[in-house]
Amino acid sequence: MTAPTLAVFKLASCDGCQLTLLDCEDELLALAEKVEIAHFPEASSALRPGPYDLALVEGSVTTPADAERVQEIRAQSRFLVTIGACATAGGIQALRNFSDVEEFTRTVYARPDYIDTLATSTPVSAHVDVDFELRGCPIDRGQLLEVITAFLAGRKPDVPNHSVCFECKRRGTVCVTVAHGTPCLGPVTHAGCGAICPAYGRGCYGCFGPSGSVNLPALIPLLHRDGMDDRDTERFLRTFNAAAFAKERQP
Amino acid sequence: MTHRGSRVLRVGSLARVEGEGALHLRVHNGRVEEARLQIYEPPRFFEAFLRGRSYTEPPDITARVCGICPVAYQMSACQAIEDACGVTVDRPIRDLRRLLYCGEWIESHALHIYLLHAPDFLGCDSAVDLARTDRTAVQRGLRLKQAGNALLTQLGGRAIHPVNVRLGGFHRTPTSAELRPLAEQLRRAAEDARKTVRWVAGFDFPDAVVDADFLALASPSTYAIEGGTPTRLRADGTLTTFPLPSFLDHVREAQVPHSTALHSRLDGRRHLTGPLARYAISGNLLSPAALEAAREAGLGPECRNPYRSVLVRAVEVVYAVDEALRIIDAYEPPPRPYVDVPPVEATGHGATEAPRGLLYHRYRLDAEGTVTDAQLVPPTAQNQGAIEDDLVRSVQTAITDHDASDHELTHLCERLIRNHDPCISCATHFLDLTVERT
Repeated sequence: MTAPTLAVFKLASCDGCQLTLLDCEDELLALAEKVEIAHFPEASSALRPGPYDLALVEGSVTTPADAERVQEIRAQSRFLVTIGACATAGGIQALRNFSDVEEFTRTVYARPDYIDTLATSTPVSAHVDVDFELRGCPIDRGQLLEVITAFLAGRKPDVPNHSVCFECKRRGTVCVTVAHGTPCLGPVTHAGCGAICPAYGRGCYGCFGPSGSVNLPALIPLLHRDGMDDRDTERFLRTFNAAAFAKERQP
Repeated sequence: MTHRGSRVLRVGSLARVEGEGALHLRVHNGRVEEARLQIYEPPRFFEAFLRGRSYTEPPDITARVCGICPVAYQMSACQAIEDACGVTVDRPIRDLRRLLYCGEWIESHALHIYLLHAPDFLGCDSAVDLARTDRTAVQRGLRLKQAGNALLTQLGGRAIHPVNVRLGGFHRTPTSAELRPLAEQLRRAAEDARKTVRWVAGFDFPDAVVDADFLALASPSTYAIEGGTPTRLRADGTLTTFPLPSFLDHVREAQVPHSTALHSRLDGRRHLTGPLARYAISGNLLSPAALEAAREAGLGPECRNPYRSVLVRAVEVVYAVDEALRIIDAYEPPPRPYVDVPPVEATGHGATEAPRGLLYHRYRLDAEGTVTDAQLVPPTAQNQGAIEDDLVRSVQTAITDHDASDHELTHLCERLIRNHDPCISCATHFLDLTVERT
C-alpha cells in the first residue's frame, strides 16, 4: 500500500501556519514515513503533480489569480483542510474589507497601478468546499497533528469547539477579567491555543476566532465595564479574525 | 521550447524559501542584461491598516508580517514606539528581550541551515530526503531548532507569534526556576551548534563574491541583535555610521513594476544586510566559542562569498546559544515586568537585527497614542537589489564559461537566492524562471 500524499499550499499569509508543520521537531521524520510529502514548496524542491490525498491550505484569497488557484487546489485535493486565521477567516489582511482598498494601495505603494488586488480578503470556504477548518493565528501544533492523525486513521478530528475559558479552567489560571478587570475575549474565542494569554497575565485577543456558540452582544458591556470605549472594543474585535467576529456581531 | 539563442521558458518553482517569487532573466547576444526577481506575494497592506490603531498594538499586529521572524517585528515595533514616547527600558528587561531574540535566531537559523539550505549542498530535495542518508544530521538540526523554540515558548508563550511582548517589556517575566530547565537544553544545543559549524564547513562552496555595501547595526560592546547604530561597510573597507532617525534619508525605497516588494538603495548604492554584513561589521564581538568555531571553519574577519553565508549563520547560532546561556545564568527577575509607556505626540524609530537582516520601523503617533503613519523596511526588500546583481554576475559566468542550459541556470539561481535566505513573505514560494534570449 502506498502512503497517502500530502500537499501544502500558500495564499496570502505570513507562512506561520505551515511553519507549524516544520515546528513538529519530534514528529516530523516519523510523519514523513506515514505520508508522502508530495507538494510542500517551503520544505522541498521536489514538487509532484496532484491529485493529492490531503491538502493543507494556508492564507486567504486576495488576488484574482489566487481566486482561480484555489479552484485548482480544490480540484486536485481529495481532502482539503484550511489552516489558520487567514485561510478560515480572511486573516489580518481582511481589515481591507472594512475600508477602501484603493486608499490602502495608495498608502503603501507609489504606483498603485502596478498592484493587482481584490477589494476583499476572504476565507477559502468562500470560494470552494472545505472539508475541515483549523483555526488560529497561528494554528496550534497539537491540533495540527490531531487533524493529520485523524485523517490517516479515517476518523473525524477531535478539535473541540468550546471557548478559551474552558482551557483557562483546565490550566488553573485565575480569570483575568474577574480578578483584575482585564478585558478578555476568552469567553467568545475558539479553544486551541491552551489559553496562553491569560496564563501570561493578559486578556485573550481572539486569535482563534469565534467559538462554536458565541453570545458576542453579552460580552460588549463587560468590555465597556473594564474600561474600553466603543472604538477600543471595535479594534479589539477587528484584528486577526476581523471578518469572523464581524459576522457574529450581526443580529 | 524554442532555440536557445532566443527563447522564453518557464521552469520549476522556487522552493525552500519563505513566500512566493519568480525570476525573469533577459539575455541578449550571450550577455545577461537584466535579472528581475519578481515578488508576487499578494500585498497585505500592513502600513495602511496600522493607521488608526492604538500605539499598543503594532507589536502584536506586525508580528503577523512574518511567521518565521515575528520577534524581530515585535522588537523593532516596541523600540520605535518607546522611542517616540521617550521611554528607555532598563537593563534586565533589555536582557530578557535579547534572550527572546536569541531564541528566534537559533530557531530561524537552524530552520534555514538544515531544512532550507543544506539540501542544496548535499544534492537533496529536502531535509526529509536528506534524513534518508544522514538522519543524525537532520535530527541534530531539529534538536537545535527545538531549543530555540523552547526559549521562545517559555518567554513568549508560543514560538510563532509570541503573546508575552508588550510596550515597555513583558506581560509577565519568568522566574529563575522557569529558566533553569532551558539552560540544560541550551547546553546540549551548544554542542549541537558547534557540530553544525563543523558539518557545514565540510560543504563544497563555489567561489563567488558580493561587492555590495554591507549594512548592519553595531553596538560598542556587544554583537548587535536587539538594537544599535546603522553602520555601513563599503567593499573598500570604509566604515561609516548614521543616526537611526535619518534611516529613510539613506535607505530609500522605490517601487518597481515587477514586484509587490519595494526595492531600496543605500545612498544610491546596492546594499546587503544580514549575517554577512553583521559578521563583517561586528565579528570581533562574538563569544570566544563562536570566534573559535569561525576560525576552525576557515572564516576570516570578513566573508563576501554568499554561498558561505550558511557558515556565518552556523557561527551565529553558536553565539546565540552562548549569549542565551550567559543571560540565563545572570538572570534575576526585574522588580516589574514592564515600564509604563504613556503616549506622546511624536515620531519614533526602531531597528533590530532580524535573522535575515536589519528591520526598520517608524511610527507617528498623535497625543492619544493613535498611530497616524507607519513605515516598515524589511531586510528582503533591502537585499533584493544585491540579490539581482549577484544573479546577473553568476548567470553571466555560467553562460560565458559553458553555455549553461536553462535547467542548470534554474538550479544555479535557486541556490543563489536561497543563499540570502530571503523572506519573501516579508517582502514573498515559486521560482518561475523565465529566460528571454534575444
